[in-house]
Amino acid sequence: MNVVSARSLDLTFRTGDGPVHALKDIELDIAPGEFVSFIGPSGCGKTTFLRCVAGLEAPTGGTLTVNGMTPDEARRARAYGYVFQAAGLYPWRTIGGNIRLPLEIMGFPEAEKKRRVAETLALVDLDGFEKKFPWQLSGGMQQRASIARALAFDADLLLMDEPFGALDEIVRDRLNEELLALWARTGKTMLFVTHSIPEAVYLSTKIVVMSPRPGRISDVIDSPLPKERPLDIRDSAEFIAIAHRVREGLRAGMEAA
Amino acid sequence: MTDAPLSAPQAGVGRSGRVALRLRAVSGTVIPVLAVIAALVGLWYLACIPMNAQQSVLLAERGGAEVSPATASERRDVGGIALSLRNPDPALALAFGQDRPVLPAPHQVAAELWGSTVGLRVTSKRSLVFHGWITLSATLAGFAVGTGLGILLAVGIVHSRVMDMSVMPWAIVSQTIPIIAIAPMIIVVLYSIGVQGLVPKAVISAYLSFFPVVVGMVKGLRSPDAMQLDLLRTYGASGAQTFWRLRLPASLPYLFASLKIGVAASLIGAIVGELPTGAVRGLGARLLAGSYYGQTVQIWSALFAAAILAALLVAIISGVERVLLRRMGLMR
Ligand SMILES: Nc1ncnc2c1ncn2[C@@H]1O[C@H](COP(=O)(O)OP(=O)(O)OP(=O)(O)O)[C@@H](O)[C@H]1O
Ligand SMILES: [Mg+2]
Repeated sequence: MNVVSARSLDLTFRTGDGPVHALKDIELDIAPGEFVSFIGPSGCGKTTFLRCVAGLEAPTGGTLTVNGMTPDEARRARAYGYVFQAAGLYPWRTIGGNIRLPLEIMGFPEAEKKRRVAETLALVDLDGFEKKFPWQLSGGMQQRASIARALAFDADLLLMDEPFGALDEIVRDRLNEELLALWARTGKTMLFVTHSIPEAVYLSTKIVVMSPRPGRISDVIDSPLPKERPLDIRDSAEFIAIAHRVREGLRAGMEAA
Repeated sequence: MTDAPLSAPQAGVGRSGRVALRLRAVSGTVIPVLAVIAALVGLWYLACIPMNAQQSVLLAERGGAEVSPATASERRDVGGIALSLRNPDPALALAFGQDRPVLPAPHQVAAELWGSTVGLRVTSKRSLVFHGWITLSATLAGFAVGTGLGILLAVGIVHSRVMDMSVMPWAIVSQTIPIIAIAPMIIVVLYSIGVQGLVPKAVISAYLSFFPVVVGMVKGLRSPDAMQLDLLRTYGASGAQTFWRLRLPASLPYLFASLKIGVAASLIGAIVGELPTGAVRGLGARLLAGSYYGQTVQIWSALFAAAILAALLVAIISGVERVLLRRMGLMR
């Protein structure tokens, strides 16, 4: 069964100055364990699609299922972790307290909460920062904390909206590697929005290229890269070929719009 | 933090350096503040001269001095400034020590304040501490009730559209009625059912203090942004969880701003509540008695006692605010 399945999905926002066609005719199937990147120019509906999957936005046409359920049911079943485009930590909670938040809401036992907070903090390399408040951390560290928060309750599906957009190249590379390792180890299904072509190609088993006005899918590329991916795979001919195809897809989408 | 023993080589240096820094910071603010206060007090003394001129000149006349105009009836229509200019000597000499001046001089008010607080047993009927406590107890009772009511109403308004549309307009209307008009009615109605003393004053206090709390809390409970709310939705959080873990902590800075306004309003409510009953106890009663007998010094000292009380209450709330918000990481 597909984790995410969209059939002629459509979403039009009603705004003060006329309707905005944010998603048009989206057809997409995502199998369990896939790492899917969404790439496309600003405003092409990447965030909107992710929010539809999360049940935070109601499509105006077509069907969308998550784990065979409606997105709303999946949301209530706590089927996914969501990393927002901005870190959005609660300022009155420490880093540890922020990571505990979903665990508190989902009613994990106390010992389990402690264990998971420590574990996820280590995973994003923030051990020692548990008692710090968000304003005491750099923007990149805050974003890592928000990833830890989404990982803490161990959902099988992770929705990440440009989680590394605000980070420098070096940290980004490291987190990309770690994300891949996490994915390989846990077999989670990943939906990952990015603006970076190398990042999309490096991480994904499937790359969804989108184009704006109205937001739609212009190309879906299944990556032939092996699951084991050292960083220097980015210099291989295969990698460069896929990156080229993504770039072509983006360009074609822009011209058509 | 300062666990290092004083005998450690740098401990003393660091400490005295810190003290010097602290001193410089204090003198940086204290001197301007003192300058402003001195200017205000100077202005006050200056104002005493024309305000008390009629009586100064009258006293001089009785003492056998030449004054102009020569008789009280002629002087009645002469302004205070003109009178002071025409009789500079008595106006200046006699302005600051009268028994019942129009405007008491600062040192008279200070002396009366000192005499009626420190100088008297607190059980004395003339002690401002005694009267202050009477007013303060009604203020605190009213403030507690008003704050509780305000928070409850705000929670209702934020969670129910019906309450938002039905309660909020009434809350606003309630504040457009002058308290002077409604206070006697509250007191009379409560008296007719046998309630008097602290309770009617506390009711008026609560009536004045609930409104800023409602407005601030509604704003605070609505302050979380869409993303903070969406985050909880992705966890499938319930309404109660959203309230306790997001809305309430986010509202605290707003609540404290409201509490500071609310506590001052409470005090005004309690004082106003003491006026129409012809009460004999409380700061309001002191104000009233003072005005009956033309005891302006007593009026002013009661007024200052009320102002000092209000400042203390606000300072206490600010202190709690600092400690709590700093512990919550909301204040750096
Ligand atoms: N709540 C909303 N109401 C109205 N219009 C919206 C809303 N959310 C998004 N849109 C519109 O939908 C379109 C797609 O927005 P979306 O945020 O999905 O873009 P995106 O691909 O995530 O862009 P970016 O890369 O800049 O984050 C945009 O034109 C945007 O203006
Ligand atoms: Mg976006």
